[in-house]
Amino acid sequence: MSPTAPARWGLRTLAFGYLGLLLLAPVGMIFYKTFEHGLSAPIEAMTTPDALHSIWLTLLMVAVAVPLNTVFGIGCALLLVRHRWKGNAVIDGVINLPFAISPIVIGLSLFLLYGNDGWFGPTLSEWGIQVLFSTPGMILASIFVSLPFVVREVVPVLQEIGTEQEQAASTLGANGWQTFWRITLPAIRWGVAYGVVLTTARVLGEFGAVTIVSGSISGETETLPLFVAKAFEQFNEEAAYAGAIVLALLALTTLLLMSVGGRKAKQVKEES
Amino acid sequence: MGIAVEGAQKRFGDFQALDDVSIDVPDGSLTALLGPSGSGKSTLLRAIAGLEELDGGQVVIDGKDTTRTPAQKREVGFVFQHYAAFKHMTVFGNVAFGLKIRKWEKAKTSDRVHELLRLVQLDGLAERYPDQLSGGQRQRMALARALAVEPQVLLLDEPFGALDAKVRKDLRSWLRRLHDETGVTTIFVTHDQEEAMDVAEQLVVMNQGRVEQSGTVDELYEHPANEFVMSFVGEVNRLGDAFVRPHDIEVVLDPDERTEEAMVQRIVALGFEIRVELVLGDGTEVWAQLTRAELQRLELREGQIAYLRPVQAKSFNGSSPSHAPGASTPQGSRDGGDAEVSAAV
Repeated sequence: MSPTAPARWGLRTLAFGYLGLLLLAPVGMIFYKTFEHGLSAPIEAMTTPDALHSIWLTLLMVAVAVPLNTVFGIGCALLLVRHRWKGNAVIDGVINLPFAISPIVIGLSLFLLYGNDGWFGPTLSEWGIQVLFSTPGMILASIFVSLPFVVREVVPVLQEIGTEQEQAASTLGANGWQTFWRITLPAIRWGVAYGVVLTTARVLGEFGAVTIVSGSISGETETLPLFVAKAFEQFNEEAAYAGAIVLALLALTTLLLMSVGGRKAKQVKEES
Repeated sequence: MGIAVEGAQKRFGDFQALDDVSIDVPDGSLTALLGPSGSGKSTLLRAIAGLEELDGGQVVIDGKDTTRTPAQKREVGFVFQHYAAFKHMTVFGNVAFGLKIRKWEKAKTSDRVHELLRLVQLDGLAERYPDQLSGGQRQRMALARALAVEPQVLLLDEPFGALDAKVRKDLRSWLRRLHDETGVTTIFVTHDQEEAMDVAEQLVVMNQGRVEQSGTVDELYEHPANEFVMSFVGEVNRLGDAFVRPHDIEVVLDPDERTEEAMVQRIVALGFEIRVELVLGDGTEVWAQLTRAELQRLELREGQIAYLRPVQAKSFNGSSPSHAPGASTPQGSRDGGDAEVSAAV
């Protein structure tokens, strides 16, 4: 039974009202505040050396964590879906940990592991590798918090497409590698794309874990979210709002790239 | 390329899918693996293709032991019940897949693909995607894809199972013609005895992971090895311990010492063929197949008493099938098949 006209309008109003109040109003407010006095102020705020460095560092996090988690995520999803064994239940549970644990706790645990009293810390600093308060630690934190997304997106798609297409490919002479590139990957590409978008968004916005392990040193270990938070604390609202806008634009760009990329990938596969 | 399976064993957990299965498929033949669901027929087919690894036994294709050969190296064409179409590729891409894997030149690939698309009557749909095709078209595409690489053998797993009745009938006769043209050794799996008898020359009847009997269609129909084969290949009535084909029951109006009394329950006209459903004194339901002319001569009515005389009956209590009394005057039209019985399959 379909709802009556007044009920339908009521539901629509509720949905829009909810979204508007909780999502659109705050985001819109930031846009409004940022560009209230024109473009020059926000541009100026984002071209200081510290601001530029924070953008660069954030992009570096994305550039390292996203490919690693994508490759790991696809491999792990294949393992979970295509090779059934008892250890799968354990892997399946462990992968969800970053969802279950607060980022702050993740940061603390990395701190304990790589700190001077931790398991790995002393050995690594003997080798001259500084993990905490530097880029390696931040990358580790970023990978940790964004690890489950690709796996979670790809597993259901793999289950849904089944194994028949892959079996058909093998009877046609394709080896495992060829089957993966020509059949499996194109079939799961939207799951992968969505997982990549979520992973990127998570890495871009990561605050809690990175705060702990980075020490948030301006111009050195400060990612864009940390930059925004610090600017806000120091009443530098101009920079805080402008930084927030840059973050939002980066996320939006990812979304666009992935949807264009998904379509391109299909065409390339067709022609090859 | 003949195919032989020797003593195949396969378990899935507690389920014995194949239990000491041996079959012998002659080169160039068209063979049906026939059986109810769970009989192991698909598992056997998949084992021949290398998609299922046997726990024991051997698969021999063209004299070579391929038991441990991976699917990709067996040069076997496989057609799945649900087509297994590559959804992200066009019809052309699907059919060309095996050739691209074999690194054929572009021009040669294109020629071969179009030749095959003509063969399966899909020429002109090369640029479509599978989800723009009907079920029958998808299955023909899958067939062209399997044939493109010139497989030694063609294996079809319930190929028409997901299609509607009309399309299924068309594809059956089309498959038989295709087999006549290409001569590729072909095995197909079905649970539909009519389909098996319609398409195949050789039948392998399976039940509960075992081969019940194999042979030509006539051989199995005329000399079923047991009750299961008799009731699975063709229609059958049970009269006490004996099994009688519906066309081997004579309906008469005057009783004698070899007839049994029965009441006509229902008369169903299926075109030329008339199906007369009767019930015996002990409540057993049987049906007899008559021609329209016979029915008119007898002037049967529903509710009327008539007398049945089994012309030819079999019972499987002993080792060899025995003929029922009254079988001395063979009237069954299928009695000529005995001469062709061979030991093949």
